[in-house]
Amino acid sequence: MTLQTTAPRNARILSVGGYRPPRVVPNSEIVDRIDSTDEWIQQRTGIMTRHIASADESLVDMAEKAARVAITRAGLTPEDIDTVIFATITYPYQAPSAATEVLTRLGNTHAAAFDLSAACAGFCYGVALANDLVRNRTANNVLVIGGEKLSDFTDPDDRATAFIFADGAGAVVIGASESVGIAPTVWGANAETRDAITMQPSWIDYKQDPTADIKWPDISQQGQTVFRWAVYEMAPVGLKALEAAGITVDQLDAFIPHQANERIIDSLAKSMKLPDSVAIARDIRTTGNTSAASIPLAMDALLTEHPELHGKTALLIGFGAGLVFAGQVVELPPVPKK
Amino acid sequence: MALTQDAVLAGIKEIVVEVAGIDAGIIAMDKKFSDDLDVDSLSMVEVVVAAEEKFGVKIPDEEVTKMATVGDAVNYIVANA
Repeated sequence: MTLQTTAPRNARILSVGGYRPPRVVPNSEIVDRIDSTDEWIQQRTGIMTRHIASADESLVDMAEKAARVAITRAGLTPEDIDTVIFATITYPYQAPSAATEVLTRLGNTHAAAFDLSAACAGFCYGVALANDLVRNRTANNVLVIGGEKLSDFTDPDDRATAFIFADGAGAVVIGASESVGIAPTVWGANAETRDAITMQPSWIDYKQDPTADIKWPDISQQGQTVFRWAVYEMAPVGLKALEAAGITVDQLDAFIPHQANERIIDSLAKSMKLPDSVAIARDIRTTGNTSAASIPLAMDALLTEHPELHGKTALLIGFGAGLVFAGQVVELPPVPKK
Repeated sequence: MALTQDAVLAGIKEIVVEVAGIDAGIIAMDKKFSDDLDVDSLSMVEVVVAAEEKFGVKIPDEEVTKMATVGDAVNYIVANA
């Protein structure tokens, strides 16, 4: 017996939307508890302010807002979405998924939906999957959300993380396209360093002894190890992604890496020898590190600041806990339909 | 061929000038990276990564934390390259 299949087609990012909680938190509000200074934080990370959600604003509240913007900008309605991929590490339920909660919010409860756990690389992992789903006609319009409420999982007294992490959500719709809008993804892991960023202990520790003094699983990070990995290992990933797309740095219009630390961004741009003509996303300055949300939020901010970049070529690189990474060259979404 | 202390110091000077944007004249064996040369812990990572490439030596994270002075780094590289 011979099985049939479908002929591949091209996919692209149709639209992007972002949501930042209204409360802006400057470094001055954070420094006392960690015995630091505004100057130190800016020098080490580039971060000046970040957005923090209120206690009654959930991860999915933020995701829904970003998703609705992206869907409208694509000229679509929630019913047109047939797959939802939600990249996050801060949804506080094991099951069912955050993606299915998004479905109920959108009033479209029949689309395929699942969460994706690849931390700060989650959005780029999601773009890779959505591209392949649309290419192979498994899906027509995939909503890829990167969202985090990291304030729920950050210790305000931890000198290594308190000033880095923040809240927000970004989303893209990926659909069919005449031309190639998403080049092949270069991805992988360095799992031998999986202790460098963790959220521990496990729930089993709590189940075995609920009376024990078990700490909340706040995110912890070996900053120098991660910094070293990012600046040393991610530039080759970016160059491989360019090679996979068949372009050189001179043909690139924008660089939108995960917004972990402005000095990582600078170091990567330098290592890859990006020319001055490439617009570099520096959303970290006013958004902090929002893990899976950082690339779509930075993309949205960059397109707002530079509308001429709609439809131009951008290199995305996500990297984070695992340690895992993914990079791909994409055509930025066209000017919004609405 | 084993690297000489002078050769490694010259190489480290080039790297620190590039990373920290300071004058090569003030870099010497007894200078402290953080206090004297404006090389903070993250810049130190960039110095180490560049030094590994330049001298073909592996410098583990736990060794990096022990390198307070330029001399500490030079001596480690001479001994391990």
